[in-house]
Amino acid sequence: MIYLQLFLSFLQIGAFSFGGGYAAMPLIQDQVVTLHGWLSMSEFTDLITISQMTPGPIAVNSATFVGIKIAGIPGALAATAGCILPSCIIVTVIAKLYLKYRNMAMLQGILNSLRPAVVAMIASAGISILISAFWGSKEAIAFGTTNWKLVVIFAISLVLLQKRKMNPIWVMVLAGVLNVAASAL
Amino acid sequence: MEDKKTVLRKLFLSTLYLSAFTFGGGYVIVTLMKKKFVDQYHWIEENEMLDLVAIAQSAPGPIAVNGAIVVGYKLAGLLGVAVAILGTIIPPFVIIALVSVCYNAFRSNVIVGKMLEGMQAGVGAVIASVTYEMGAGIVQEKNVISLMIMAGAFLASCVFGVNVVFIVIVCGVLGALRTLAARKRSVQ
Repeated sequence: MIYLQLFLSFLQIGAFSFGGGYAAMPLIQDQVVTLHGWLSMSEFTDLITISQMTPGPIAVNSATFVGIKIAGIPGALAATAGCILPSCIIVTVIAKLYLKYRNMAMLQGILNSLRPAVVAMIASAGISILISAFWGSKEAIAFGTTNWKLVVIFAISLVLLQKRKMNPIWVMVLAGVLNVAASAL
Repeated sequence: MEDKKTVLRKLFLSTLYLSAFTFGGGYVIVTLMKKKFVDQYHWIEENEMLDLVAIAQSAPGPIAVNGAIVVGYKLAGLLGVAVAILGTIIPPFVIIALVSVCYNAFRSNVIVGKMLEGMQAGVGAVIASVTYEMGAGIVQEKNVISLMIMAGAFLASCVFGVNVVFIVIVCGVLGALRTLAARKRSVQ
């Protein structure tokens, strides 16, 4: 049953994404693109882009987006419920324990070891997104098939972000506009 | 503090408002929550809020949702949790539902297609930049185990395609063991 599948997939995303922001991205990619094929890599990248430009956590945005695409509004509700259920249970329990004992050393200790792994997994997901943008798919990686326009736009975006500290939302809009302009030439 | 009904209503409206207008992810929204509930309403003490924020950031799941849960629980128990979660997820749910309708209608348009294609390179750059900053932070800690975890997790997920959930579990257990070992050392 598709609702149950959506619910269970997003339950895993909710339960195993530590660190917020982009931390959920590799898990979403794993479930939604690799395991179930609900989105193509390029649709997934669109989803990440859209998530960046709208308010709300990436995981909740993805649950709604994927749910609607696969099984309409009920699908979106099932996926969103799955995505927040682990938080509801885990965070409420921790909050309860904290208000009672006020000791969080263990939690912090676990998090200290997870943080480097999370960075590594975000990097890995970022690489898949770039492969999808530059070549379309992993199999098509070759000098001749490279989309050089996007490589140049990537380089410009990176400079604007790192050197000029430009707002990421504007960088992405600009990247889109540049590609439209380059294609019109 | 006001009566429970007023607290719940204000809690719902605050989380709804924060969730609808906060761009830039969980870390931003918990800061705004602190402003709202500590500085404006005086419902939670500053120090306690810092710990609640730490819980929201270290537990799994979206930080904005976790933040809503800790604040809701602290203020009004399980009912508060329900109200705060609803307030937090209604805005993104509605917005993305509308966006996905437009997405399906517009994706085949040539200009929209080119726009999104360019934005893929842009979002790739944003992720590269975020990863660089986070990675540099880890490298500066100069902790050998952390560096090994980072390298190992990267190889596992990028080269060997190991399931992400598995990597998270292994590193979490490793973290728990490190904490226990450190505790033992400090006892001796």
